[in-house]
Amino acid sequence: MNRIDQLFQNKKSGILSVFFTAGFPSLNDTTEIAKQLDAAGVDMIEIGIPFSDPIADGPIIQASSKQAIDNGMTVKLLLEQVHEIRQSVSIPIVLMGYLNPVMQFGMEKFFTEAKAAGADGFILPDMPFDEYQHRYRQPMEANDLRNIFLVSPTTSEARIRKIDEASRGFIYAVSSSSTTGAKKGFQTEQVSYFERLNSMKLENPFLIGFGISNHETFTTACRYSAGVIVGSAFIECLRTAEDFSAAIPNFIDHLKG
Amino acid sequence: MRYEIDECGYYGNYGGSYIPEMLYPNIEELRLNYLTIINEDDFQVQFNQLLHDYVGRPTPLYFAQRLSEHYGAKIYLKREDLCHTGAHKINNTIGQILLAKKLGKQKIIAETGAGQHGVATATVCALMGMECIVYMGQLDMERQRPNVERMRILGTTVVPATSGNMTLKDATNEAMRHWINHPTDTHYIIGSVVGPHPYPDMVARFQSVISEEIKNQLIENEGNPYPDYVIACVGGGSNAAGAFYHFVNDDHVQLVGVEAAGHGIHSGESAATTVLGKPGVLHGSKTLLMQTEDGQVIEPYSISAGLDYPGIGPWHAHLCETGRVTFMNATDDEAMNAGIELSRTEGIIPAIETAHAIAVLKKIEFNPDDVVVVNLSGRGDKDLETYIRWGKY
Repeated sequence: MNRIDQLFQNKKSGILSVFFTAGFPSLNDTTEIAKQLDAAGVDMIEIGIPFSDPIADGPIIQASSKQAIDNGMTVKLLLEQVHEIRQSVSIPIVLMGYLNPVMQFGMEKFFTEAKAAGADGFILPDMPFDEYQHRYRQPMEANDLRNIFLVSPTTSEARIRKIDEASRGFIYAVSSSSTTGAKKGFQTEQVSYFERLNSMKLENPFLIGFGISNHETFTTACRYSAGVIVGSAFIECLRTAEDFSAAIPNFIDHLKG
Repeated sequence: MRYEIDECGYYGNYGGSYIPEMLYPNIEELRLNYLTIINEDDFQVQFNQLLHDYVGRPTPLYFAQRLSEHYGAKIYLKREDLCHTGAHKINNTIGQILLAKKLGKQKIIAETGAGQHGVATATVCALMGMECIVYMGQLDMERQRPNVERMRILGTTVVPATSGNMTLKDATNEAMRHWINHPTDTHYIIGSVVGPHPYPDMVARFQSVISEEIKNQLIENEGNPYPDYVIACVGGGSNAAGAFYHFVNDDHVQLVGVEAAGHGIHSGESAATTVLGKPGVLHGSKTLLMQTEDGQVIEPYSISAGLDYPGIGPWHAHLCETGRVTFMNATDDEAMNAGIELSRTEGIIPAIETAHAIAVLKKIEFNPDDVVVVNLSGRGDKDLETYIRWGKY
């Protein structure tokens, strides 16, 4: 069974998924960070494939991507690192990145090799919905991989339904109209958007991401969803951390409260 | 029409709409409305009137006698440099701001490289009383100081893009991020035939007035609307798209796009995308893209800030792949020499972007009765400092 499906079957609320950029701060930190997150009790990890032009990302993830590329990070190396992580980590692993690096590696080759390395799904934010349906859905499903779609506060109800219908695993609900790491705290309009999503009774569970940086936002988001995704705040933690084995559990503990 | 955009927004293998979900409603709103709006009578009346009274269209098609004698062909210059604000860019910004108003948007954002599109956007925003923010690479702000001040005089806020090489690509990234953060009240005026569908088609349509006029003017001058050659420089490719638009289905018209070779195609400092690029995705469309084997975008180089872009518009990628357009290139040196040459033979100082198009005249073997149209996309005022630094005149 796909590890993402398994997670959502066993846990209906308070799921914590943590995003970090592969090859950051140092090229070979990826494995150690994943192990520490697993040990600290996170439910899922999302590993970012760095890209030179990340248009949906704010300054923190941009800077981490640039540093990772400068460190020599590539898709090929990332897949080796995922394989290494899988030797000891059994929580779901989602690979997240912009389409171009994956396209140059080869889409179908990427699906097969990611599966073999132990990945469970992908988030490719700039992959068009129709292209997924017509070209990539079949090879992804053949490899038992989940494609995770985003919805945002401006996504129409009809489109949310369409995305829900095409989704398996979970839906990534972007908390506000923003790039990653851009806003602090939730306003009433965001809460009413969470309520709206919740009341739609979607087929798939959803996780709320973007703007979750502390215990307060963690708790609010968890109230309306199956759980949360944390990215920029964790990258910031990694950037300033002197010792992962102290900083990572500390970060997770503070978040969960 | 073999070269038209298909219903999914592709030109053959290129184009499409590769955007994060946060931008989907904006792009979808544009896609569903742009053709209806721009085909409405009152839009057309307003657009054409502004092009006529405000931009100064039709721009002359000037028979360049001395240049013609020198190269042994009948060379005409399409004088887009005489447009208000000094380049063809304003054809598009007039069209897009009218469209933005129809869509009920209150604010405008844009990216700019050399500053010509930024100035053209700042100008129409002043004209329409709309708030405007232009993103510009910090390096370009230093290289193109006068255009930064022109935008500021016009009431626009110029925001430096400080990521990457701090040039056009990075300014475009920042503008897209701004749009993600302000999705409902803001329209993004993209300045070239790049970006997600429908931008490439929309911008090409607004620029197509260039080739429409060329046809009419050639009937007057030559008794025949079809030239033997149309030559235009290509960065993203908006002036070339406008100059090629109404000729693309007439195979006997040879279309030539000229890219910037910088210090030389294989010097590592170039912007010749059709030679060095591979299919990839950047800024919302699939196109030819200069990139590493790992799919990271390569920072381009050209002496001209307007050609300093790692991709080309998806239509051009298709026209290149199908062989409909011949792509040539010119180095910094060749372009600068051509700029001086045009200044001396015709009394016209061209923009350095445009000088790249002039530079290939000596590389083509013309017959004496060949009718050649060079799109003189912009004037050289903004490039005076670069000419002065070049010094060889």
